[in-house]
Amino acid sequence: MVDAEARGEVVGGSRESADIVELEVPPRPEVVAIARLLIGAIASADPDFDEEREADLRLAVSEACTNAVQAQRRRTTGADDSDDDDGEIPVLVRFLVERGQITVAVRDHAGGFDPATLTPHPVVTDPARLDHEGGLGIPLMQMLADEVAFDPSPGGTTVSMVFQPRSPRTELSDRRTPQ
Amino acid sequence: MDLRLDASERGDWTVLHVGGEIDVATAPMLRERLLRLVADGRNHLVVDLEAVDFIDSTGLGVLIGALKRVRINDGDLRLVCSDQRVRKIFDITGLDKVFQILGSVEASVG
Repeated sequence: MVDAEARGEVVGGSRESADIVELEVPPRPEVVAIARLLIGAIASADPDFDEEREADLRLAVSEACTNAVQAQRRRTTGADDSDDDDGEIPVLVRFLVERGQITVAVRDHAGGFDPATLTPHPVVTDPARLDHEGGLGIPLMQMLADEVAFDPSPGGTTVSMVFQPRSPRTELSDRRTPQ
Repeated sequence: MDLRLDASERGDWTVLHVGGEIDVATAPMLRERLLRLVADGRNHLVVDLEAVDFIDSTGLGVLIGALKRVRINDGDLRLVCSDQRVRKIFDITGLDKVFQILGSVEASVG
């Protein structure tokens, strides 16, 4: 199964205030679930991140890893669904828990991608929106994370997302009184 | 990872019960099943997401594509989802205004 192929490697441990976990995974669709599992475990271990925020993290990580895997597979094999995995270059996923926030960085080697060059799709209520099955991943990351940055370079793209414990879209009425 | 897919007939509606996680690895299974249902003339579909633990934009894309296809055939596609954690992705993307999302299969086929 895929678990054996996703060579997870913990390169840092709990050292004072910062925990770092890095994953180096082959660019295959199956590994996205592994990244979700890992960030879910990391977030649930932090009492400041509630279940809803953990779900936000799992979703945003899923989107970032999906983009990286798909971009890199297009680059490596020339197709999204090719089974030819020869010479595949890993996708790097890095989780940093520090100062009460979680930073996620996902790096592909797909040649660079700048979301600013994308043409926005019609709004979801426009019937023409049904012509586009994609295009929701990056807006979702931007809605769920407190900060999102894309660093495109000729060698690949790194997307970095910072998550505070509180969902930025949490309604005031949902907020709990701080202890 | 497996996606559980099980279809049943409820009057004029075909209900596709989905279980598991819908992401880039499993969404192709869902897409294929929905395409087959439409190809078989099932244009009134309910996708029951009650046993879905996770869905991301790849899964949303499959549902958007299926909705478009059944509407071309004068059909409809409704969703069943009562779990707020799963429902949230529809709410924050505005797709709750595109899909009719019901709280139970019974309500969706009524």
